[in-house]
Amino acid sequence: MKASPYAFIAPFFIVFGAFSLVPLLYTAWYSLHDVQLANLDGQTWAGLKNYENLLSSDFFWNALWNTLTIGVISTVPQLVMAIGLAHLLNYKLRGSTVWRVVMLTPYATSVAAATLVFVLLYSWDGGMINWLLDFVGIDPVNWRESDWGSQFAVSSIVIWRWTGYNALIYLAAMQAIPADLYESAAIDGANRWQQFIHVTIPQLRPTILFTVVVSTIGATQLFGEPLLFGGVSGSKGGSEHQYQTLGLYMYDQGWIIGNLGKASAIAWTMFLILLIVAVIQLLISRRLRKSQ
Amino acid sequence: MRTSTRGSRRLMALAAVAALTTGLLAGCAEDSDDGSSNEGGGNGGGGKTTLTIGTFGVFGYKQAGLYDEYMKLHPDISIKENVTTRTDVYWPKTLTRLQAGSGTDDIQAIEVGNITEAVQTQADKFVDLGKEVDKSQWLDWKNTQATTKDGKLIGLGTDIGPMAICYRKDLFEKAGLETDRAKLAEQWNGDWGKYVDLGKQYMKKAPSGTKFVDSASSVYNAALGGETERYYDKDGNVVWDKSAGVKKAWNVAMDVATSDMSAKLKQFDKPWDQGYANGTFATVACPAWMIGYIQEKSGEAGKGKWDVAAAPTAANWGGSFVGVPTAGKHQKEAIALAKWLTAPEQQAKVFAKQASFPSTPSAYGSLKPASATQEYFSGAPITQIFSDSAKTIPTQYLGTKDQPIGTAITDIGILQVEQKGKSAAQGWDAATAEIKDVLGQ
Repeated sequence: MKASPYAFIAPFFIVFGAFSLVPLLYTAWYSLHDVQLANLDGQTWAGLKNYENLLSSDFFWNALWNTLTIGVISTVPQLVMAIGLAHLLNYKLRGSTVWRVVMLTPYATSVAAATLVFVLLYSWDGGMINWLLDFVGIDPVNWRESDWGSQFAVSSIVIWRWTGYNALIYLAAMQAIPADLYESAAIDGANRWQQFIHVTIPQLRPTILFTVVVSTIGATQLFGEPLLFGGVSGSKGGSEHQYQTLGLYMYDQGWIIGNLGKASAIAWTMFLILLIVAVIQLLISRRLRKSQ
Repeated sequence: MRTSTRGSRRLMALAAVAALTTGLLAGCAEDSDDGSSNEGGGNGGGGKTTLTIGTFGVFGYKQAGLYDEYMKLHPDISIKENVTTRTDVYWPKTLTRLQAGSGTDDIQAIEVGNITEAVQTQADKFVDLGKEVDKSQWLDWKNTQATTKDGKLIGLGTDIGPMAICYRKDLFEKAGLETDRAKLAEQWNGDWGKYVDLGKQYMKKAPSGTKFVDSASSVYNAALGGETERYYDKDGNVVWDKSAGVKKAWNVAMDVATSDMSAKLKQFDKPWDQGYANGTFATVACPAWMIGYIQEKSGEAGKGKWDVAAAPTAANWGGSFVGVPTAGKHQKEAIALAKWLTAPEQQAKVFAKQASFPSTPSAYGSLKPASATQEYFSGAPITQIFSDSAKTIPTQYLGTKDQPIGTAITDIGILQVEQKGKSAAQGWDAATAEIKDVLGQ
C-alpha cells in the first residue's frame, strides 16, 4: 500500500477534523446541556430541553420564516437574472472579457463594505433610495424597520453580490452547449427565444440544480448582510425581529445573551434543515434525470 | 541508489505535508482576530517585557500619551494595546479566553455593563487588586461594583459617566427658549418630565428639520442612570418588571416617543453621527464621555453652538474598569501598570484629552478640560457640572444580564413605539417577551 496519496490528502482531513468535525460534535454535546457563555465548565445535562424550548419559541419560528422568505426573494430573482445576463453575454460582444470581469466585481467586494454602502443608500433620512422615491411622489420608507422593506433591502444586497457570480457559472455551461444543436433548431425554424427555452435551458439543467443547491445553502446561513444592515444591536434583526434570520438568532442567543446551549441547538437545527433540503434536491434531480 | 532517491523524495514530501498541517493548526494559537487591531508604541525587543492591554472603543490612554510616558519612566517595559471597537464583540471573546486560561491580555478592560457578570462568574480568573491599592482613592460605589461578596476587588475604576445635558444654544434661541445654562438647569431640575415638557415647547417653534432630542432611548438611559433600583434588586434577583426606576424611565421615554420630539435615531449608528453633523437634534443626554464624541461628530460646524447644562437628576451612564487576569505571564508588571493608569493624576490627563471623567474624587480639584473643548462648548464649566453630578450619583444595583435586558427595552420595546407606531403597551409586551427569552424563562 502506498502511503503518499493518503499523506497528501491528510492535511485537508486533519484540518477539517480539527476545525469542523470536532466543533460540530462538540456543538451537538453543548446543545444537550444548559451552558452559559460566562460559565462554560458549569454545564448541566438538559436532555432535549433546548430543542423543546426552540420549537415552542415564537422567536425561532419567526427566524425560520424570515430565513425562508428572504431566501426566496433573494434567490429566485438572482438566478433568473443570472440566466438572462449569461444569455446576453453569450452573444458575440465587443470587449466581452471586460463585461465578464465587471459581472464578477460585486462578488469580489467584502460583505461588510457592500452592506455599509447599502445601509447609506437605504438610510431613512437622506438616503439615496428614499430621495429617488420622493421624485416619483412616494413617501419615504423606513427601510430598516418596515416589515417587507427590510427584507427587500437585505435581499437586494444578496442579489447584488451573487448575480454576477451565478451568471458566469451559467455562461461557462452555455459555452459548452454544442453549436450544432442551435443550428438544427434554427433549421427547424426556432427563433432566438425558442432556442433559449428549448435548447439552452434543458442543457443547463445540471448547472441550474448546482446553483440552486449552493444558493439554498447560502440563504439558510444568511448572516453578515442582515447583521451589518441592522447596525447597532443588528443581531436582533429589527425591533420586531422582522429580518432576524436563523443565523442572527443563533448569534444573538450565543454571543449577545450568552446562552450557548440554546445557540448550539439552533446550529444543529439549521444543519438538519440543510440535510432535509439536500435530500429533497437529490430526489428532484433523480427524477429529472429519469425523465430525460 | 534509485530507491534511496525515491525514498528521500517521499520523505521530503511527507515532511512538507507535515509542516503544512502543523502550520495550519498552529495558526489558531496566534492572536489575530478580525475586528481587532494592534495599537500603541514599542517594539518589544531586547530583553524588554511586553505588556498587552485589551480595550474596546476609544479608551484614551494612547491618545493621552500615557503609554509613551510609562515606557519612558520604565525603559524595560513596552506596552501594546489590543483594541476591539465594539463591546458586544469584545466581551464574549474576553469571556471565552478568561475561561480557557489562555489568550488573555495582561490587562483587560471591563465595561460597567459587564462588571457584575465578571464579579459573579469570573472572580477567580482575576487578581485581587484590593491588596495592591489604596481603595479610598475611588468613589465608594465604583469599588463596590467591582468587589465580590467575599471582598475581592477584581478591577480598578477608570472613568465614570456623570450626566449632563448637551444642547444647541443656537437652536434653542430660534425656538424661543431660554439659552442660559443655569436657568435651563433650574427649569428641569429634579424631574426628567420637566425636560420633556420643555421639548414640547421647543417643538411648537422648532427650526425646520430639527427635533428636540436624538432618541427616546437616550432619555430612557439617562433617566434610568439616576435610579438605584434598575433591573435587579440588591440581592441580585431580577425585578425589572416591578422596578420603580424602570417604570419611571420608561414613562418618560414613552412621552418622548409619542410626541414627535425625537429625531428617531439609534445611538452609535451611522445616521446618528450624521444627525450630529447636520444638527438635526437640539439636545442629547450627555454623560462625560459624550463630550469628546460630540466634538468629533459635530465637527467644525458645531463649534461654539453647543453648551452644557446640569441634568435633571444626578445620574451615571457608562464607565469602565481594568483588571489583571491570573492567566497573564507578567502579573507583577501588569498590576503596576494598571495602578499607574488609574491613579488620579493619569485619570486627569485622560480627562484633559477627551473628557472621560475620573472615578477618583481627589482628581476633581485639578481637572482642566482642553481649551479646545471649552471653546467648543461655549465656555461651559464642564468640570464643575460633572463633578457636582458625580458626587451625588446613587449606588445602583447591577446584575449579570443588565446589558441584554437594557437592549431588549431600548432596541425592541422603545424602538417599536418610536419607529413602528406601536402603542406603549405593545412596546412593553414586546420587551417583556424578549426579556423572558434573554433570561431563558
